[in-house]
Amino acid sequence: MSTTNIASDNPRRSLVVDAARLRRYRIEGMVRYVLMVCAGVSVLTTVGIVVLLLFESLQFFGTVSIVEFVTGTQWAPQNQQYGILPLLCGTLLVTAGAALVAIPLGLGTAIYLSEYATPWIRETVKPALEILAGVPSVVFGYLALIVISPIIRDWVPNADPANAACAAIVVGFMILPTVISLSEDVLRSVPRSLREAGYALGATKFDVTVKVIVPAAMSGIVASFLLAISRAIGETMAVTLAAGGTPRITANPFESIQTMTAYIVEKTGGENAHGTPEYRTIFAVGLTLFVSTMLLNLAAQAILSRVREKYE
Amino acid sequence: MTNLAAEQELMARYRQRKRLLSKLFGAVCLMAMISCVAILAFLLISVLWRGFDYLGWDLIRNLPSRSAAKAGIWVYLIGSLWLIGLTTLFAVPLGVGAALYLEEYAAESRWKRIVQLNIANLAGVPSIVYGLLGLGIFVYILNLGQSILAGALTLTLVVLPIVILASQEALRAVPGSIRQASYALGATRWQTTWRQVLPAAMPGIMTGVILAVSRALGEAAPLVAMGAVQYVDRAPTSVWDTFSALPLAIFYWAMHSKPEFHDLAAAAIIVLLVVLISLNMVAAFVRYRFGKKVRW
Repeated sequence: MSTTNIASDNPRRSLVVDAARLRRYRIEGMVRYVLMVCAGVSVLTTVGIVVLLLFESLQFFGTVSIVEFVTGTQWAPQNQQYGILPLLCGTLLVTAGAALVAIPLGLGTAIYLSEYATPWIRETVKPALEILAGVPSVVFGYLALIVISPIIRDWVPNADPANAACAAIVVGFMILPTVISLSEDVLRSVPRSLREAGYALGATKFDVTVKVIVPAAMSGIVASFLLAISRAIGETMAVTLAAGGTPRITANPFESIQTMTAYIVEKTGGENAHGTPEYRTIFAVGLTLFVSTMLLNLAAQAILSRVREKYE
Repeated sequence: MTNLAAEQELMARYRQRKRLLSKLFGAVCLMAMISCVAILAFLLISVLWRGFDYLGWDLIRNLPSRSAAKAGIWVYLIGSLWLIGLTTLFAVPLGVGAALYLEEYAAESRWKRIVQLNIANLAGVPSIVYGLLGLGIFVYILNLGQSILAGALTLTLVVLPIVILASQEALRAVPGSIRQASYALGATRWQTTWRQVLPAAMPGIMTGVILAVSRALGEAAPLVAMGAVQYVDRAPTSVWDTFSALPLAIFYWAMHSKPEFHDLAAAAIIVLLVVLISLNMVAAFVRYRFGKKVRW
């Protein structure tokens, strides 16, 4: 009887009046609230982000029309030109390039690791890729600027010293681990019976992999792409170092461009007066960034939770 | 008769083509994996190559200087140590507490699902957005300025989801029978959590904490966004001092106009990577050594 009382959530129901126990109940109750506050901090963080970004952005849109912000093709806050399209174009160019690098390489590696590799290879390569995931973004920026950019300029002589292509390449490497580890998980969670049914019908490994396993794992693979793309959009230090810093609308990857994240770094890195419209631009850009990555993450999570229900 | 032979030959050729295609596909996937590993190796070696000449005690000990030969990373290293120390101090109790609440205390409810979804989303928020939050809240509203405290609080928010998610994973791995046994002996919920569940989950939690520390150590974007200063001439001595950090040094040196500084940045990268890789090895060791000790 007393055990259930002590473990129960409602100490008031207990008849025990022993002082030591009473104190313990009080501690029990306090602990619950302390832990709840800890969990509440994460909710507060989200609320803080949303309120701050909205508050500053709304003030910004009080001086600059939202139509100009969304449709303007010139981004030069020092000249009161606030069109976000050049920054969006820069982000899009880098992200598309990164996806072009990461998706084929990542999917190929994931398929090899899950379908072909011996356990020994898998146990060796996966930790190596974890190292890749742990390398800080600024290191990739350095590599792009100092190692990859000269190589690109050897091939394309009229490329800018820092250009979208070298940023896209390193961002592609940065998001590789996301693509590989998630896709590999999903591929491996496809039931063994599906593979064996395929082989029993006389299919080759290629047929089984491409026509059975990959389609069965498709939604999870797409989710891994979405998460990787969201990471690429939010990637900051590498693109700041590698992509140049000229906001412009272009599809030429060998030109210097600026992404949303790089603009925030440029503005906050220099001296800027607190409370001016120029200062508030970073919050408007930040809001755009936050919303676009959050939508991608939510979509990926929705897909992933459906996948988990399917196979677990 | 000839028809059948022709058909058989056709089928044989078809099967052969199929098998070749299958082999080819395996080879292509293998190539993809090899190129991933090879590029990783190439990048690391090129950094090692460039920074090798600058490695040495002078690099660690020296203060920043206008000449690359005399410049060192001392103030950045100390700044980084302050940052990760304070970040760990804030993030670990908060993160583990939140995980304990979600796994051990909270009932299945809409509130819990919202908190859970929220944490998963926070893990995907770009770190620069946290930098903006730090700038708006810690630097201006709480008026902490560009101090170590503001930097550490910002980084705490960045790594909090990592600590929470890893701790939750570790707590979930502790079997329910342990909890039931403890309750059966008359322990309260907190006694059970503190004396049984938490020690059993410790290796997993430690791994998550080390992951979070290495993330905090390499993170530069939120610090730049909250306005961490570029040049400091002495190591910080209190939480109110302005600071700079190792990744920021790499950032500024990589953009420096003199090429010698690029090699200096490479040397700083080597130091940073050595610390990060050692941290990862400690994490692997903890997982391996202490993960084995507890058996159910």
